[in-house]
Amino acid sequence: MRLPPAATHRLAVVLLWALTLATLGALLLIIGFILYHGLPQLSVAFFTQRPRNMGRDGGVLPVILGTLYITGLAVLIAGPVGIATAVYLTEYTRPGRLTRVIRFGADCLAGIPSIIFGLFGYAFFVVKSPYTLGLGFSVLSGSLTLAMMVLPTIIRTSEEAIRAVPESYRDVSFGLGSSRWQMVTQVVLRSALPGIGTGVVLSIGRCLSETAAVMFTAGMALGWPQSVFDSSRTLALHFYVLFTEGISTEKAYATASVLILAILGINLLAYWLMRRFIGKVQA
Amino acid sequence: MSPADAKNPAPPPKLSLQGFSAAFAGKDVLREINLDILPRERLAIIGPASSGKTTFLRSLNRLNDLEYSFSHEGRILFNGQDIYDSQVDLPSLRRQIGMVYAVPVPLPWSVFDNIAYGPRLAGASGRRELEGIVESALRRSQLWDEVKDRLRLPANRLSGGQQQRLCLARILALDPQVLLLDEPCSGLDPISTAKIEETLAELKKNYSVVLVTNNTKQAARASDRTAFFLMGELVEVGPTRTLFTNPAHHRTGQYITGHFG
Repeated sequence: MRLPPAATHRLAVVLLWALTLATLGALLLIIGFILYHGLPQLSVAFFTQRPRNMGRDGGVLPVILGTLYITGLAVLIAGPVGIATAVYLTEYTRPGRLTRVIRFGADCLAGIPSIIFGLFGYAFFVVKSPYTLGLGFSVLSGSLTLAMMVLPTIIRTSEEAIRAVPESYRDVSFGLGSSRWQMVTQVVLRSALPGIGTGVVLSIGRCLSETAAVMFTAGMALGWPQSVFDSSRTLALHFYVLFTEGISTEKAYATASVLILAILGINLLAYWLMRRFIGKVQA
Repeated sequence: MSPADAKNPAPPPKLSLQGFSAAFAGKDVLREINLDILPRERLAIIGPASSGKTTFLRSLNRLNDLEYSFSHEGRILFNGQDIYDSQVDLPSLRRQIGMVYAVPVPLPWSVFDNIAYGPRLAGASGRRELEGIVESALRRSQLWDEVKDRLRLPANRLSGGQQQRLCLARILALDPQVLLLDEPCSGLDPISTAKIEETLAELKKNYSVVLVTNNTKQAARASDRTAFFLMGELVEVGPTRTLFTNPAHHRTGQYITGHFG
């Protein structure tokens, strides 16, 4: 059977529209479901109190702080390293075997499951032996592990943002008597900043939502982390523990709501940055 | 009017190319160029596409060095010193030999910041000092009256002709000795073109101007001497009027009368 072009066109439009709607629907269903169960459990006390009875009662304040510490430190470590790598790859070395090897390495790193990062982090950062760092279950171990995990994202997005800066800007900058470093810092990075920021924000989102890599490295302590050498847990991990240990489904949903709102906020921020970036490049 | 007055014969050249050849990835683009650029002259470079004009220009302030595949032979002397010497300070060289491109490329900042960028790199700081430099550069490129109230505006909001004069002002802010212009009017309307040419005539009093152009009429109008390039070779160079009325080489004659191009 052959349909006339107008009919196939209409069919295609309906089909594509329906599938797009399904994507959006799935997202809204998940968020709606979690918030439906979680929002009623939220209260001011949930944000300001410490957990009691393993988290069955009380709030999640130390967990929020632990999340901020671990995520923040991870991005503070991965950000400079990743951006520096991207700058080196794009501005300081000619394309060749070395850049291909580094890029291939970054891509491989991106493909490793997070549980493997967790295992490695445990074996190398946590465990004490003559050949490992032996930092114990700690904020620092968790951050270092997460930093390795998000490094490829930061390298790739920074690289793309840097490549999007027109070649002519570099030419102009050199022509006006800049050194390469001045050109990179004052022209290239300045123009690429929104794009790099998008990568960093996406990385924050990934750190926030990670459980496997954190469980074996930052540990699960519910206390208040006094320093980077203390164990702590993140919201995602707290949720995981509350749920799998059957401690409290209500608190689990409440924690998930906080997490989902945070990630939603972060993604909106990334989206906004991205739009600003694209607008700027097209202008 | 010849650049060398009777009273003051043959000043030493500002730039002197001696057997200069350039290649990209081993492929010759310029072959054995011998050419002097005199102080306070406007030298036009004409020639058909891919005759090496832009490579010639970009060799003069070593912007070709940014291409990994670039290689050269021979020498280019600037005030008697070989610019390809390893001792040469590139930022300082490029400040003295400024370049304006075919397509104006304002950096994505304000008018003020665009012009202040070069001087800031060179170490100028202080509001007042920079304001003075910016104003004087804009006046010399005849843009001041049009933008004096809009110095904080993003430079890419200016019209094409204004952007090109902004790029000129950006170079002038560095007080260079030589100005390189790579088809600076190719995308401009006749009025903007006239303004740029007027500016060049004025600038010639203080600078050597090298103007690459695809427009032979512009070369005839806005230069003292003209050099004709073909397939990477310098066919001939001479006073513009002579070259256009009585070219020494038949290929030059064919090109300026539009037989090929």
